[in-house]
Amino acid sequence: MLMNLFKFKGGVKPPTHKAESVALPIAAAPLSPRLIVPLHQSIGGTPRPVVAVGDNVLKGQLIGEADGWISAAIHAPTSGAVVAIAPYVQPHPSGLDALCVVIEPDGEDRWIERRPFDHAAVSPDEVRRYLQQSGVVGLGGAVFPTHGKLTPARHVAMDEVVINGAECEPFITCDDVLMRERAADILRGCALFRDLLQAKKVLIGIEDNKPEAAAAMRAAVAALGEDFAVVEVPTLYPTGGAKQLIRVLTGKEVPASKRSTELGVQCFNVATAYTAWRAVAHGEPVVSRLVTVAGNVETPRNYDTPIGTPMADLLALAGPLPDTDGIVMGGPMMGFLVPDAKAPVVKASNCLIAHSPRLFPPKAPEMPCIRCTACAQVCPHELQPFELYWFARAHNFGKTQEYALFDCIECGCCAYVCPSRIPLVHYFRFAKSEIWAREREKTAADAARARYEFKQAREERDKAEKAGRLARAAVQSATPAAPSTPLPPRGGGAGGEGEVDRSQAHSSTSPSPRPSPARGEGEHEQPASPQISAEAASPPLLTPAPSSPDPRDCRKSPATPLPPRGGGAGGEGAAASETAAGSSIALATAASRAGVMGNAPFFDEPPPLPNPSPARGEGLQERGSSLLRQPPRGEGVHEQPASPQISAETPVQAGIAPTSDEAAQAAKMSTIQAAMARAAARRAEAAAPPTDEKPT
Amino acid sequence: MNLAPAPFFLQDASVGKVMRQVCLALLPGIAAYVWLIGPAILLQLLIASLAALLAEAVMLRARGKPLGLFLADGSAIVTAWLIALSFPPLAPWWLVATGAVFAIVIAKHLYGGLGQNPFNPAMVAFAACIVAFPALMSQWPHLGLAPGEQFAIILGLAPRLDALTGATPLDALKTGLTLGGDGVDQLLAKREIYGQIAGRGWEWVAAGYLLGGLWLWRRRIIAWQAPLAFIGTLAAIAGILWLHDPVHFANPLFHLFSGSAMLGAFFIVTDPVSGCATPRGRLIFGAGAGLLAYIIRVFGGYPDGIAFAVLLMNLCAPLIDRLCQPSVFGLRDRKKDGA
Amino acid sequence: MEILLAIAIMTLGAVTLGAALGFASVKFRVEGDPLVGKIDAILPQTQCGQCGYPGCKPYAEAIAQGEAINKCPPGGAEGVQRLADLLGREVKPLDAEEQPKAAAVIDENTCIGCTLCIQACPVDAIVGAAKQMHTVLAGQCTGCTLCLPPCPVECIRMQPLAESIETWKWKHPALAAGEAARC
Repeated sequence: MLMNLFKFKGGVKPPTHKAESVALPIAAAPLSPRLIVPLHQSIGGTPRPVVAVGDNVLKGQLIGEADGWISAAIHAPTSGAVVAIAPYVQPHPSGLDALCVVIEPDGEDRWIERRPFDHAAVSPDEVRRYLQQSGVVGLGGAVFPTHGKLTPARHVAMDEVVINGAECEPFITCDDVLMRERAADILRGCALFRDLLQAKKVLIGIEDNKPEAAAAMRAAVAALGEDFAVVEVPTLYPTGGAKQLIRVLTGKEVPASKRSTELGVQCFNVATAYTAWRAVAHGEPVVSRLVTVAGNVETPRNYDTPIGTPMADLLALAGPLPDTDGIVMGGPMMGFLVPDAKAPVVKASNCLIAHSPRLFPPKAPEMPCIRCTACAQVCPHELQPFELYWFARAHNFGKTQEYALFDCIECGCCAYVCPSRIPLVHYFRFAKSEIWAREREKTAADAARARYEFKQAREERDKAEKAGRLARAAVQSATPAAPSTPLPPRGGGAGGEGEVDRSQAHSSTSPSPRPSPARGEGEHEQPASPQISAEAASPPLLTPAPSSPDPRDCRKSPATPLPPRGGGAGGEGAAASETAAGSSIALATAASRAGVMGNAPFFDEPPPLPNPSPARGEGLQERGSSLLRQPPRGEGVHEQPASPQISAETPVQAGIAPTSDEAAQAAKMSTIQAAMARAAARRAEAAAPPTDEKPT
Repeated sequence: MNLAPAPFFLQDASVGKVMRQVCLALLPGIAAYVWLIGPAILLQLLIASLAALLAEAVMLRARGKPLGLFLADGSAIVTAWLIALSFPPLAPWWLVATGAVFAIVIAKHLYGGLGQNPFNPAMVAFAACIVAFPALMSQWPHLGLAPGEQFAIILGLAPRLDALTGATPLDALKTGLTLGGDGVDQLLAKREIYGQIAGRGWEWVAAGYLLGGLWLWRRRIIAWQAPLAFIGTLAAIAGILWLHDPVHFANPLFHLFSGSAMLGAFFIVTDPVSGCATPRGRLIFGAGAGLLAYIIRVFGGYPDGIAFAVLLMNLCAPLIDRLCQPSVFGLRDRKKDGA
Repeated sequence: MEILLAIAIMTLGAVTLGAALGFASVKFRVEGDPLVGKIDAILPQTQCGQCGYPGCKPYAEAIAQGEAINKCPPGGAEGVQRLADLLGREVKPLDAEEQPKAAAVIDENTCIGCTLCIQACPVDAIVGAAKQMHTVLAGQCTGCTLCLPPCPVECIRMQPLAESIETWKWKHPALAAGEAARC
């Protein structure tokens, strides 16, 4: 098919080293004695383990449940026993650990019951959910959960689905051999993607240094009778970058700030299409992937490798030469040296390259930048890497963002050509991670400031109220006409000054900005002694402002001088069907799981009265008490605002009444809606734009 | 373990390689120079190189930088050669050496060394020397001195006065015009000074620089924007004034092929460190340098204006670059919908 | 005569410019003191009081009044640097040792539920009820250590925040190379 191809600026032509590993067909890698399956293998939420140590699992059995929409499930790569769920070293440049499920294979490799999924009979949403549960992620290297990319933009019709078989990075051939050997299933997966996105065209881009793969794909297209276009694109690194391939095939340029669907195009790797089809048609979740083993080895080859296979075991199959001194995961342009050969193969591992000083000579020392602009000439995103370098080196991160740091795809072209041998990409990664860290710190600082200021304000208010009350009390003590009220016993949890304080605090939650006439009157009726009984004090205090008899309405009053306890959430809180959490432990657990709670102020409530009168209890109902209330998880959560909610209904058990005045004043019970923060976090996560797949 | 990040293999490129290619590209011009003047220029190149390397070594030592690495980068040699080629060929040895040392110590290392200098070091040296030693910097030789005589003059073993009454064609023309009487055409008719196009023989030196410059462009060491804008602007303004008043203004070709116009266009305006780095910025930089060079060489008091023009544009380069940032992939209309 | 004219012109210019400046200062007056806000934005909001002020905002106000900028250990040397950049002051070394970031952890077995730490916490990051176990919300804890002294049973300790893959940062290449060379 004749097609008008477009060009992107820049790009380099490194030696490809691809011929070595395509000589042999795909081989299945044998099972290692232990498979270490990291739970976090995709962008987004870390899946929660759903197995326990000692469990026996089958191949394809769910072991990690997706956490949130942008997250993908994790499955057992073979049958066997779970021997540990513990942190193990990750294939990550940091060399840090993360939670893994360690499986000792029983050697039988028994599958779960594999049932085809009738994708034509169900709604697209169910297909997406199924793909999420099958652990289908972008296998080009970026491992973005595929189902998250399968929703078309709301107002833009999908023109093209671009299937990425370019595989531009040197050494890597796993997509090449996959296309040669398993073209039909790839194409069926492409058709699935097309149907889900309702795209008009499917364009399969393959670099012209892979004529066999292109021929196999063409033959399969003809056999299937689809109208997919298999397009051979010029070999130029990084054509395999999603944005570059979209540009070459469609002429559209996707900026960093947009999703490609907003331009009516979406890009998937061929291996992603293949695994999606395997999941749908054969009921096989993603438990293995093709890995190119190349570099300083005797027989470079592609292996169908169970996820979790230690890299050292896989590399051993290809016979690493004696001078091998490391493993590069990914290609030589974008990959990284694996900090530990025991690290497992994950869904992102498309290639392992045995590193040797002969193959990759040590870099010459870094020289100062001479602004020769060789980097700018090869940058496929038309950035000015030398300027970015300058600012990143000087920790001038604001400037790096001004010069579009986050448009950088870290393809490495700039560092490849730099005559001063500056590790430019390293500088950019450094700057990016610093900026992210500062964002986190700033968010935390802002939250801390808001909470601090809220606490200050609350203490001010309490103090002012106490002073006001004492003043009034002084006035009243001079008025013999004050009605006498039986004095409750002091201390012992049954009143006392502390009680009054708390009552006052309660009254202050009344949304009316000034004491209402009713309330004021109530106070005047109070006895001269500050030691009033809770029972006596509470009814007038709880009398709402006459203008708004319903406390719920009051709460929404805009004139509230301080952040109302319970904020504007009171109404919603009452509306939402909720279940009270058991104890503060549950609260704490939920809160710590939520991790971030947004910057909503942390609301507190005074401790409950030991023996609440019925009236008081009722009054409190809308005000909230100290118990955390966890709303039911699910849709309801999403509709709630992120502001904390005060739970109501029951004041705390009488048993925890404060024992002394001091303690009574002190006990400030805090309530939060941890689950809401959790929902907010999830929403934020879902809102994050999908990262496009890296060049492969 | 050294967790050096990607990319793991790199193109065969280095600062030294870039600088060597610049030196190679200067060879045609040097060859023409030797043919025109004699081997004196080779001695000047040697003197300048030795002085520059010595100054570089001292400064590197003083700043605690690795000597071998930075001496081998060849940047000092390029600076030295540009100084030797832009100074009068029979300038005394100490003048050339002073220029080279000044360029390396003051204009380069005091600003932070390689890659940090805001001004072109060779041009800073030229400007400093022409201000400090205006007479010596304006004494250009008559052609046809024997090599021995030339060496003797350079090394100060022979009296300078007799041999050095000449001036550059540019200077001679300016002086001729100032004296009045003859127009440009009559003056240029004196073929013993002025050759077919510009200065006799000097046009071949300029052609040598042009050849080397085109080769550098082919090798992608330099970008086309700055030289083209420089040459274009110089030719355009010369052409306009020439068409307007051919009696008092020389033709564009004369201007392009005399003085250090070609050397400037391909080897000085293109200096990556002190020039502009963005494509549009380079166009502005080259055009500005061309305009200033013409104004200074025709209306100013110095024999040639390239050095001052380039230094003035060096001052503006960061601002120009800032204003000329190219748009990023996918954000072509950023200016329109943003800001 | 000419001198008088010159004086008159200069006076006129001075009056005009002065009036313009006065008008501008009224017309474009900035409400509040944005400097305090800018300083406060740099301070880490731990509210720990190590600077001698009862919180970050008071310290920010004090800095705006001329207080030294190097009294905030949680902000670290970088914080001092940024304050120096903002205020055009000299960078001074921190007047205390920089501590790694940490969060308070309550030993839940020892906690007696006295609520003293809850009162001490400047950012309400501790939850619990009287006579019930308290827990620190790790995400909200600023690591200020203000909850440590009030605890009668010393069940609170500071746990340094561990680096995870999510929070791991690439090191500065030049500085990293320098470290490698020293090793």
